[in-house]
Amino acid sequence: MSHNPVTTEVPPVQRRGALHTLSILVNNEPGVLMRICQVFSRRGFNIDSLVVSEGRNPNFSRMTIGISGDSQGLNQIIMQVGKLIDVIHCFEHTSDNSVTKEMILIKIQCSPGDRSMALQISEHFNGKTVDLTPTSMIVMITGDSPKIDAAVGMFSQFNIIETVRTGKVVMARGEQPT
Amino acid sequence: MSKEQMDGAQALIKTLDELGIEYIFGYSGGAAIPIFDALETVKTKMKFILVRHEQGAVHMADGYARATGKPAAVLVTSGPGAGNTVTGLMTAMMDSVPMIVISGQTVTWMLGKDAFQEADIFGITIPVVKHNYLVKDSDSLPRIAREAYHIATTGRPGPVLIDIPKDISQGPFKGDMNAPINLPGYDPSDAFRIDPTTITEAIALIANAKRPVILAGQGAMISRADKELRFLAETLQAPVTSTLLGKGVFPETHPLSLGMLGMHGTAYANKAMIECDLLINVGSRFDDRIIGQPSKFCKDAKIIHIDIDPAEAGKMIRPDVMIVGDAKAALAGINERITPLETSEWLTRLDGYKKKFPLSYKKQGGLRMQQVIDELYELTKGEAIVSTDVGQHQMWAAQFYKNNESYHWLSSGGAGTMGFGFPAAIGAQLAHPKKTVISISGDGGFQMTLFELATAQIHRLPIKIVVLNNHYLGMVRQWQELFFENRESGVDLIGNPDFCKLAAAYGIPSVHIKRPADVTRQLEKALAYNDGPILIHAECVKTENVFPMIPAGAALEDMITEAPKQKMAKPVGST
Repeated sequence: MSHNPVTTEVPPVQRRGALHTLSILVNNEPGVLMRICQVFSRRGFNIDSLVVSEGRNPNFSRMTIGISGDSQGLNQIIMQVGKLIDVIHCFEHTSDNSVTKEMILIKIQCSPGDRSMALQISEHFNGKTVDLTPTSMIVMITGDSPKIDAAVGMFSQFNIIETVRTGKVVMARGEQPT
Repeated sequence: MSKEQMDGAQALIKTLDELGIEYIFGYSGGAAIPIFDALETVKTKMKFILVRHEQGAVHMADGYARATGKPAAVLVTSGPGAGNTVTGLMTAMMDSVPMIVISGQTVTWMLGKDAFQEADIFGITIPVVKHNYLVKDSDSLPRIAREAYHIATTGRPGPVLIDIPKDISQGPFKGDMNAPINLPGYDPSDAFRIDPTTITEAIALIANAKRPVILAGQGAMISRADKELRFLAETLQAPVTSTLLGKGVFPETHPLSLGMLGMHGTAYANKAMIECDLLINVGSRFDDRIIGQPSKFCKDAKIIHIDIDPAEAGKMIRPDVMIVGDAKAALAGINERITPLETSEWLTRLDGYKKKFPLSYKKQGGLRMQQVIDELYELTKGEAIVSTDVGQHQMWAAQFYKNNESYHWLSSGGAGTMGFGFPAAIGAQLAHPKKTVISISGDGGFQMTLFELATAQIHRLPIKIVVLNNHYLGMVRQWQELFFENRESGVDLIGNPDFCKLAAAYGIPSVHIKRPADVTRQLEKALAYNDGPILIHAECVKTENVFPMIPAGAALEDMITEAPKQKMAKPVGST
């Protein structure tokens, strides 16, 4: 495998169907992720993003899964995931009833002459410089997915060495549990 | 036995006994030796049955469960032993059959290091079990065994696998034998909290129906809704058709019965589906063998679907009313509020179809499988427990062996597992030593698990082992004849053994039937023998086809009741 930096000459993402965000509360046990992934892959759904972390109660884990596909098929999958013994619940969240955030780290090639421009863009997106060398810079930005996409677009005027996105996390608005 | 002396395996075996497990079917091996040892050191009421292949063990536990509604256990070793259970687990999973499979595993510190006879059976079996465990702590074994039993037997039943590393089974047990189950994501009592508005909506649809049909699936049997189903049918004067697995939950000799529907179901059952204005599905998952082409299925009818599994809602067919819950509870709710319907015109029409399209077969020009099954039915008055394998004989058995009681028909429906029938009959006979148990197989499927002849013989199980031999994989040959211009490929079973001599090698007597005129006498002889298993070898005509038939994926209207004159298009459906 080459260790040369891969630039961001990437084609626009082709999504199959609408974007959906699922929040799944599961037993914090080995193998649970495997059970859930099998339900998705069997029905031909591709997982766009996946965030798993221990819950406040360490007996449970929270999974946030970003997925694209037809809604009817997805409803079936939500029910199939919901009936797994290790799944406490599986809910779909929409932007109306929840907040969705993700974080990106963007590493760019950046000479001292370009630096102020880069910092200006970062500031616009409420970004933070988390690493700085004479020739490079890493900026951290959080927000919803369109904002992250826009930031990547703006930084594209530099040579982007790489980006890492966390994938989105979601939380229901108000007092409603996620 | 004091707590200090127990190891994990002993705690496990003790728990299984306490749970009321009656039989353990299994095959020993290195990683399972501590568990096998516990069978000797712990005093239990459980009986261990040594099989000849692990697949046989799983099908026996399956047959036991299908004949009783209760789970049995399976005990195998790691690697190949566990791997050989996969087909049986899939078979049980597809048909919602409860069982507990326990596999030995290599020691925990060797997991993932390619140890001898190591297989990731936990990972392998995830798609074919209701739930599974890889045990990491000896003290958790009683809790896990109880959870497994609870999961297997409640809600929509299914198989559960427990994989136990050797150091866990032989490690000291210092835990609580009565540790409570801990399943926060699983509450089967949901099934008894049925949304009352769905019942009200169903009642309204029923009240307006002129041509109702009830479709009885295995869910009705599992929830033991036989009486409620009968009350519903008789009150509404609605005809009842059943799925392959639902056979018996409504008496097939009842005047309102239409027999089995679907790909090889009766013409009148399928006609009823086409012409009905209300379909009440009680515990069937709308399998593709039943619905044919989903977009054309019951398109003029309102549909009520009762299913305990919420994931079945709209999976194949979108119902007008979906009642999620236990079938018995749902029917009890409906039955309280129904009034008789005027259906005499509808029943007369269906009686006309019964007369026009009866199930029939020829008694001339060679021996047919249908005749053997039909005479078995007559001679046993339809009271036997019948297991089948998969293929043509299975469909004929479904057509001609009418069932009047639940838990008397054992057949691999969803998975269509060849080799299932004979070991399943062993499980059923062990569960019901006094009942007549008939295993009906073809020559193909029988040879997949015939090694269990030894198991049947050792325990002197009086199973009537019927081998319907046409020297062909007949169902595939039928498809090749109808859809592939009769190009036979991979279906000719040249080299079949002499099945009577084969039985004799195991010390099992046999009868041999060659002509239609021999059937009654030979079957009477076989049915009268109860000192152990007896094999009935029937040599049948080679190229008989099963009708009626709806080509896979075709609409029910496209049913054919006899061999077509013209070449047929290749089916669009699955298999």
